[in-house]
Amino acid sequence: MEQSASSIQFFTAFQLSDIWFLGEAAGRTLLIAALSIPGGTVLGIFFGWVLSVSGWAGASSLGLILDVFRSVPLIIQLILFFNFFPIIGIPLDPFQAGTVVLMFYTSALVAAVARGGIEAVEVITRRAARSLGMTYWQDLRYIVFPIGLRAVLPAWTGVALGVLKDSALVSVIGYVELLRASQILIIRTQQPFLIFAVAGVFYFALSFPIARIMERLEQKWQND
Amino acid sequence: MDYTFHWRPVFRRLPELLEAGLLTLEVSVLAMLIGIFLGLTLALIKMSGIRSITWFATSWIEIARNTPALLQLFFVGFGLGAYGIHLSPFLIVLCAISFNNAGYLAETFRGGFQAVPDTQLKAARSLGMTLSQAYSRIIIPQVMRIVYYPMTNQMVWSVLVSSLGMLVGFHELSGATQFEASRTYRIFEFFAVTAVIYYIIVKLILGASKLIAWRFFRNEAG
Repeated sequence: MEQSASSIQFFTAFQLSDIWFLGEAAGRTLLIAALSIPGGTVLGIFFGWVLSVSGWAGASSLGLILDVFRSVPLIIQLILFFNFFPIIGIPLDPFQAGTVVLMFYTSALVAAVARGGIEAVEVITRRAARSLGMTYWQDLRYIVFPIGLRAVLPAWTGVALGVLKDSALVSVIGYVELLRASQILIIRTQQPFLIFAVAGVFYFALSFPIARIMERLEQKWQND
Repeated sequence: MDYTFHWRPVFRRLPELLEAGLLTLEVSVLAMLIGIFLGLTLALIKMSGIRSITWFATSWIEIARNTPALLQLFFVGFGLGAYGIHLSPFLIVLCAISFNNAGYLAETFRGGFQAVPDTQLKAARSLGMTLSQAYSRIIIPQVMRIVYYPMTNQMVWSVLVSSLGMLVGFHELSGATQFEASRTYRIFEFFAVTAVIYYIIVKLILGASKLIAWRFFRNEAG
């Protein structure tokens, strides 16, 4: 598009200070991930433990609920709960609602992983621990946890990185994180290609190093 | 709680929603098929070890896996628009999910091929099989078995990701739901029913996958 000198300028091009704007937004993406991933992991490990000890009763109640969280698109969950919280009288802002939904979403994914980890430890090993005089909780803490963790670390990393990226969906209910910030910038600059590329670089910079570090850790543990 | 649920407007629109559900299924199955083809190609390129083309496969795979699917969708939908490439909502969603699927499936396939020991190929060859026989009768069946479960997961993921289509104006299940919900303001009710439909679609896929696995893998040991 050509612009004559006398025309009013509606759009201003992408400038260096906008990188800072996106960087801040990336910080908010990291914040929501840093809250929901550890929270969801702890909750998910607990759910996974419940599933592994409760048999069919757990599988048909808790298991079913967690299964729903895994089988319904996150974007639907976000819209659904963002509209549901006010109905039951606790209106949450986008950040709070997003964090809560992401946390439960994470916990549903981690529960399956944690259950796999617990079941990866052979019963004989656990019996041996008990017969050495360990209590049930000592067995869980010193036998099941270390062995199971090594078995499912790659799966957990996949979940964590998935949630980090899926946090982009919180933009749909109005929280200004990295993706939403890029959209805002695009409205001003009209340079979608460039800005989405920059946002992609930010996401890559968040996700790729974690993937590599976890891979390294995995290899290190294999040689133990 | 002073909110009254109104489910009737939703049920009146149920046929539209179910039809949109078919569109969801259509686009995600297509994206899966294209993803399998591209993913296999990328995996073979990456395993070929030819420097001049592996960088291409590697960057495709890493970008697809390390950026959000939504960003990829917006990139195809709006980013490419800057260069005058305007696709229909259906094509935007199809391209973006295929791109994403291909990246994940490439790693799945690569893992599958690496899990089958080289000696299998040598053994098959020494028994007098030609290269293509060895691949089609010894290697591929074993790889298929390894990648089958991850592929099923990817298919489910494909369905779930297609819901992002609502953000680029595509009227698949989520888009149609949003459209209907905004006409009646029954947002919660509409999305609750849609969640149920998604759950059923996912369960149908998992069921079909089990059936296929039973048909093809039941006679094999292990």
